Amino acid sequence: MLNVETVRKDFPILSRKVNGQPLVYFDNAATSQTPQVVIDAIVDYYSNYNSNIHRGVHFLSQEATDKYEIARQKIQHHFNAEYSHEIILTAGVTAGINLVANGFASILKKGDEIVVSALEHHSNIVPWQMLCDKSGAILKVIPMNLEGELVMDAFEALLSTKTKLVFVNHISNALGTINPIKQIIKKSHRIGAAVLIDGAQACPHIKVDVKQLDADFYLASAHKMCGPTGVGILYGKQQWLTKLPPYQGGGEMIDQVTFEKTTYAGLPHKFEAGTPNISGVIATGVAIDYLNKIGFDAISNYENELLTYATNQLLAIEDLKIYGTSKNKTSVISFNIGNIHPYDIGTIVDKFGIALRTGHHCAQPIMDFYKIPGTIRASFAFYNTKEEIDKLVSALFKAKQMLS
Amino acid sequence: MSISEIQETIIEEFAMFDDWMQRYEYMIELGKSLPIIAIEYKNDDYIIKGCQSKVWLHAELKNNILNFTADSDAIITKGIIAILIRVFSNQPPKAIIDSSTQFIDDIGLKEHLSPTRANGLTSMIKQIKMYAIAYQTQLK
Repeated sequence: MLNVETVRKDFPILSRKVNGQPLVYFDNAATSQTPQVVIDAIVDYYSNYNSNIHRGVHFLSQEATDKYEIARQKIQHHFNAEYSHEIILTAGVTAGINLVANGFASILKKGDEIVVSALEHHSNIVPWQMLCDKSGAILKVIPMNLEGELVMDAFEALLSTKTKLVFVNHISNALGTINPIKQIIKKSHRIGAAVLIDGAQACPHIKVDVKQLDADFYLASAHKMCGPTGVGILYGKQQWLTKLPPYQGGGEMIDQVTFEKTTYAGLPHKFEAGTPNISGVIATGVAIDYLNKIGFDAISNYENELLTYATNQLLAIEDLKIYGTSKNKTSVISFNIGNIHPYDIGTIVDKFGIALRTGHHCAQPIMDFYKIPGTIRASFAFYNTKEEIDKLVSALFKAKQMLS
Repeated sequence: MSISEIQETIIEEFAMFDDWMQRYEYMIELGKSLPIIAIEYKNDDYIIKGCQSKVWLHAELKNNILNFTADSDAIITKGIIAILIRVFSNQPPKAIIDSSTQFIDDIGLKEHLSPTRANGLTSMIKQIKMYAIAYQTQLK
């Protein structure tokens, strides 16, 4: 059982006021808040052992390198990867996607096909369009239904021997739908396609096992899992990472350099050119420990309770419509009230100290599908409370009254 | 009235409000009363690119006086536009170019001025001034 009052004490930001009101933070799908232990880890790095990794013989460099690599191992164990060198540390999920897309540019041939889902974020669409322009491959889209779920029959119909890569998010950022990725991976593998899963929205809620999923690539974002910004995790199966060419050239990623020829370093360094976000990676390890200490079962049970409570409370508001009504979803509620513009609601609710996301959530194709300019999105984390949901509901009543 | 006189009047009006709620209620009322833009100007040629709410702005010069009409799909944004139109419309281009925008701070709408703010108040003012500069050049 999760004791929310105790948990809240771990997050200094939750006691601040916004617009004269206690902060109610419901924008967790954009970024999660940071517990004191993670903040301490960053301060500790800069206060005690700030130095560059993998190059110095001196004491501090060794210490920083050790802690950096321990963090990588923590991430490996958390995701149940076979080897720690299958964990590539990047600047974020977008960087990880571009790394894989760039790698596939040398593998794909004209007429090959890439399958993506209709539930994607812009950053999950554009790199593949660029890859198609470069390689002559064709982009195919798995359609969605009104509940905000992928249409699996249509997905199967898209698969053929031409399909080389399938890319789907584990959970939709705009609607919260949990996609049947295990099934998608299995079906894609049957025709020999590689599968990349964007787990940015899943990892804060679910403990992911890449081996059990059999994903070829899996992405996660540290700042959505109580870690710092600027750290992305890319898991790749060894065989795939060995096959893909390096993405960026620079220091750290080389074995030998002469002006005639350069040979590249082995995994994972081949993909980690330049000085990484050292303190960020170490703090990510601390964030993962923190989440595991609370326990993912406790987290998801409590968040589901919040989701059910919030859904029922919100539906009491007349004309409120929820987008994304799949039975399989995480604690994200995307909604509109009548014809009121989401931006207007967000502006008023902000005055009550409540942080929501409004707009198209960088997922314009989904908004086009529902023929709306955007939605209001409330996304809950394990440190939110039912009292906060009550505050949201009464602020929405007030906003509705003011705006209609 | 000159631009600065209108601004003074608006500042006085806003000073009567006790809290943000009254201020926003007033802006919402203004938004609702904003005259509708002619349909031929409500297209992508007249749109001011913002992230969330759409804003259309049209300018017309008659007898050396510049008139603006505008619209938005969000009501608070429309309220802000209504204030801007009251200040800048029906004025000679030169007066618009030379005018200050300090009154936005004075009426407590500064929070809408940050460049990333979704309603694009900054872009609206910029666009109004751009029109004024363009017509001023034409007048010469």
